[in-house]
Amino acid sequence: MSAPLDLGFLGLDQGAHLLIRRALRTVDAGGRITVTGGAPGLGAHLRAWARREGHGFAEVPGRTATWALVRGSAEADRWAGAERAGGAGPDGIVARPPAHWGLAARGSLVEAGGPPTRFEFDDRDVVWADLAPRLYAHAAAAQWDPATAVDWTADAALPADVEAAVVQVMTYLVENEQAALVIPAGLLARVHPHFREVQQLLAVQAADEARHMEVFTRRALLHGSEMGTSSVGGRTSLATLLTEPDFSLASFLLSVLGEGSFLSLLAFLERHAPDPVTAQVTRLARVDEARHVAFGVAHLEHQGSVDPALRGRLRAAIERRHDVLADTAGLNADVFDALVVLAAGAWTPEAIARGHAAVQELQHAMDDGRRQRLARLGFPPDEAAELSALHTRNFM
Amino acid sequence: MTLLMGGVAYDPKVLTIWDGFRAWLRRQGLDFDYVLYSHYERQVEDLAAGHIHAAWNSPLAWLRSERLAAARGRTVRSAVMRDTDRDLTSVVVVRADSPLASLADLSGRTVGVGAVDSPQATLIPLSFLRRSGAADVRVRRFDVGVGLHGDHIGGERDAARALLAGEVDAACMIDGNHLLFGQEGTLPAGATRILGQTGPYDHCTMAIVDTAPAAEAEEFVRLLESMSYADPEVRPLLDLEGLKQWVPGRTSGFGPLTRAVDETGFYDAAGAVTAREYDP
Repeated sequence: MSAPLDLGFLGLDQGAHLLIRRALRTVDAGGRITVTGGAPGLGAHLRAWARREGHGFAEVPGRTATWALVRGSAEADRWAGAERAGGAGPDGIVARPPAHWGLAARGSLVEAGGPPTRFEFDDRDVVWADLAPRLYAHAAAAQWDPATAVDWTADAALPADVEAAVVQVMTYLVENEQAALVIPAGLLARVHPHFREVQQLLAVQAADEARHMEVFTRRALLHGSEMGTSSVGGRTSLATLLTEPDFSLASFLLSVLGEGSFLSLLAFLERHAPDPVTAQVTRLARVDEARHVAFGVAHLEHQGSVDPALRGRLRAAIERRHDVLADTAGLNADVFDALVVLAAGAWTPEAIARGHAAVQELQHAMDDGRRQRLARLGFPPDEAAELSALHTRNFM
Repeated sequence: MTLLMGGVAYDPKVLTIWDGFRAWLRRQGLDFDYVLYSHYERQVEDLAAGHIHAAWNSPLAWLRSERLAAARGRTVRSAVMRDTDRDLTSVVVVRADSPLASLADLSGRTVGVGAVDSPQATLIPLSFLRRSGAADVRVRRFDVGVGLHGDHIGGERDAARALLAGEVDAACMIDGNHLLFGQEGTLPAGATRILGQTGPYDHCTMAIVDTAPAAEAEEFVRLLESMSYADPEVRPLLDLEGLKQWVPGRTSGFGPLTRAVDETGFYDAAGAVTAREYDP
């Protein structure tokens, strides 16, 4: 018989089971170890512990404070049907992770059984993009603190009507960012956790929008206490985004078309900002939004490469949304006017004409951007132009 | 014919366990159903009367079902039990700084026990104390879950707390609960000392009455014994029920409890409840 495991005065109520388990693992099921120790009640506790764990227990005749344990098969039985949940890295992703893997870390050894979870986006070709891990790392590194990233003291007193235009634009931006937060947050809860980097990216995307809401609100209230207006047309347009249940189509309408258009809008606002704070918050948001657009495009490129029918579905989604919104006003008229005022910079007829022309240029720039991104997804130029024209007048 | 088993709902998990086992057994082709009782006495009366075919019995319920069946000219058998039902012991525990050195020193002292009908925390340890020379022990009972035959852990935990609070000189509990109370902090490590430990005894068993449909009863036992801890479907149920493997039932481990029941007159020879202050 090999030397007994000496527990000293360590009791089973103080963690002695760790040493005992380690010793038992050195023998096969049916193998025997002996244990000795001076902790009060150790014999009674060993008997109870062994029974609970499925190991044999016996006193050793002629030996004091020494007991024998026979290793049971429970531990081996528990892990007999276990499997690895793919590989840990992105190259270990499987095409269809099973529902019972649930929240298990990718690459972990998963005990067989357990309740199936309901993560309905469980198809690699529907949710995955090879760019996701890199985009997530970039997003995590690019997080900024609203308290310090913006110089809130960089005050520039504006004429009341210009300040009102800024407030109106900020009010509109907050409304749109709220939609842009709710949509990825809703999608990420339906993505199988096996596609960890996609969940992480969507989570950071939602966190980005949370910060955008904060800085736009803070800028709106920097000199006053009242927000601008919210129109039925604008909210109707955003509501159609919230109701899209399909992962790819929701990502397409929000990120590729909506946030894509916002890239032009935010660049416009930064250029025509009448004060430094407005310029800073729109610039910070634009950098984040560019990442959201990049993932949306990359994901749909990947999916388009494996699903030739995708483009038809994307087209149908645009047309469907256009039909629903055909009889609505689209962009809040107050927002349009505020954009003209900001670009005009003065209240002369010439300045207003300049501002109006600048907003028209903005709309052309948005259209150009949408057509380019549609072309990346494989739409021929004429079809891309036709579909871009059907995009909501609310921009997002 | 449907094989009908009785179980006692000592905890909400009992429903999960037997619903799960029922579904599994029926998928294996056994026509099985179960009923739940609020306490063991009615369950064993129904078993002896043939209203149910099998009863998942506490050891005390096993003894009574044997006596009730015999009084009616019937027999019950201990058909199958958990691996964890074999060779349990109870311990008599004192505070670490207690001057008491032996069980006999408990003479005239106050001993905290579990519920009046707890085999492991009341009946067996008190019988053990009587035989160990502890005379005139004052018993302080912690009656939690009366009728559940000690399945409810509350009485033992209350006795352990009373020991720590100095309200009793010793407390009785099953060996595994002394370990559990230490691990969960009810009894801080090193705060208590085991003064005595009973010999091994057996716990629950599946009693099957001789009027049960023979083929179904055989199949029931065979299927239980075939349950494997390696099967991910039944493993969570086995974990809940506290076993790794069903093993053949035996009666050799009920001697200490039989002695305790007879010493106190808990049941009479025909299985009538004769215990005082017992009203499940």
